[in-house]
Amino acid sequence: MTTLATLPIVIPLLAGALALALGRSIAGRRTISLIASGASAAVAAILLVAVDNDGAVVVAVGGWTPPFGIELVADRFSALLLVASTVALFAVLVYAVSQRATDEEFRGFHAVYQILGAGVALALLTGDLFTMFVAFEIMLTASYVLLTHRADGTETRPAISYVVIGLVASALFLISIGLIYGVTGTVNLADLSVRLDAVPPGLRSGLGWLLFMVFGIKAAIFPLFFWLPDSYPVAPTPVTALFAGLLTKIGVYAIIRTQTLLFPSDEPSTFMLVIAGLTMIVGVLGAIAQTDIKRILSFHIVSQIGYMIMGLGFGTVAGVAAAIVFIVHQIIVKASLFLVGGLVEESEGTGAIDAVNGVARRSPIIAALFLPAALSLAGFPPFSGFVGKLALVEAGFAANAWIIVGVSLAASVLTLFSMTKIWAGVFWGTPNTTERRITPRGMALATASLVAFSLVIAVAAEPIVSYAERAADDLIVERIIAAMPEGVSS
Amino acid sequence: MTWTIAITAGVLFGAGTYLILQRLLSRIIVGLGLIAHAANLILLGSGGAPGEPPLLDEASAGPYSDPLEQALVLTAIVITFGITAFLLALAYRSWTEQGSDEVEDDREDLRIARRREAKP
Repeated sequence: MTTLATLPIVIPLLAGALALALGRSIAGRRTISLIASGASAAVAAILLVAVDNDGAVVVAVGGWTPPFGIELVADRFSALLLVASTVALFAVLVYAVSQRATDEEFRGFHAVYQILGAGVALALLTGDLFTMFVAFEIMLTASYVLLTHRADGTETRPAISYVVIGLVASALFLISIGLIYGVTGTVNLADLSVRLDAVPPGLRSGLGWLLFMVFGIKAAIFPLFFWLPDSYPVAPTPVTALFAGLLTKIGVYAIIRTQTLLFPSDEPSTFMLVIAGLTMIVGVLGAIAQTDIKRILSFHIVSQIGYMIMGLGFGTVAGVAAAIVFIVHQIIVKASLFLVGGLVEESEGTGAIDAVNGVARRSPIIAALFLPAALSLAGFPPFSGFVGKLALVEAGFAANAWIIVGVSLAASVLTLFSMTKIWAGVFWGTPNTTERRITPRGMALATASLVAFSLVIAVAAEPIVSYAERAADDLIVERIIAAMPEGVSS
Repeated sequence: MTWTIAITAGVLFGAGTYLILQRLLSRIIVGLGLIAHAANLILLGSGGAPGEPPLLDEASAGPYSDPLEQALVLTAIVITFGITAFLLALAYRSWTEQGSDEVEDDREDLRIARRREAKP
């Protein structure tokens, strides 16, 4: 049981080391990487069931009794996100392997990819603030390498701004940890949730907003999102899809984890709701102004983050549950949309809307993959985005937050508009050339499996929403018990 | 002691911020280094007043330093060191490929500026 919670971190780390050791054999690297990602996804699924049935799993790493040692905690919230992340990691890996170019050009691709996976798992499973910093660094350093390895002369600037912003955010994270440790004398999350109660409210909320800003940079909320649409589109498709699906959501995970556990509030947070609304609107307006598929989708990442912050801002169990469902939906759908964008680029040579026409006629498969993913992003019934948005809207009505619900619906309409812009520009019309290009089957299959997974979320909406409600209940109502290992009294 | 740390960290942070806002990549990297130092100092300062070395020694019963934040700072230093080295490599590549150390203008900004010039 306890090994189960360490496996999602250990498997990719070992696989990364092996992939490095295998240096020359590309087939070997691919096999190791695929096996490791598949195994992580399977372990995550088992962990999810185990955690849901028997409660949170707590592992004291190295045998040190909490709160002194490093702890891994898998509760319902982290287990669910772990499943979504590992599934996305696996599907994107299959795509990258069948695309061939990405991992043939860059020998270290699989090693770095696995290390990124390990960082994501550690960020989700860690039970203390400093280990979360280390996890973020593992994840970000791997992402720096993935983003920059191909960067030629013209592309270094966006890559550099990504690294610099990441470093500044890390420094701020360290400073917040230092201040929190100075005030409370601990970095263990469960222990902090108790000790912060003794801290004066002004100081406590100051620390809370500092952490919110740190994770806000990672999550790309308004007004801290400018680096994202700038840097993401320059990477190879599998890398962009992975970043889009995972990295910002891990930031949102950290926001939800720390805000609910350390800085809980019983009433809706007006500040958070305002930020959420601005993130949605500014992000979607940015998307409308763009003319390249990947850039449009990058702005939508920002816009959709607003919905998650909105769910958290309601401060209710229903709101957080809706945010959790929405994160899971976004991890899958965002990654699959970028993969479809990559398919278009692969078969047409460019992703510029003006330059591509009639993809629906040339490659109906790509069109058939884009449509459900795009409608899902816009929140069209019966796709997975609808499930998340419906839950958010209901939570908003329950919290009497009419304005933000209206804003979110307006942003949805604009999202739909932006998706129809891609559809009309890229998929409709007469093809420019009659030259046939073949879409690699593995890439289409990987994309299709992610799209299918998002449809599963829509079909299995009832169990997923009720699971998310249990997870949110753990976070908000029983916030201490969920993370505090048994035998350690508060 | 705490005051010295606080003021030094503040000055480092200010100087680092100033350097990050410059156009030359080498200055940005130095600025990041300063900010990282400031963060490490704050982390170190959070452990409270210094005392005896935190060694397991039954004989000395005096107040000893908090070992945890020293461990945290060590980890943080290693991480920043690695990433700074990476950034330096990136800067070197940018310099060999473009012949200058300057951070380019944002392409979106240029596009908007050109559009404005076209439509007086």
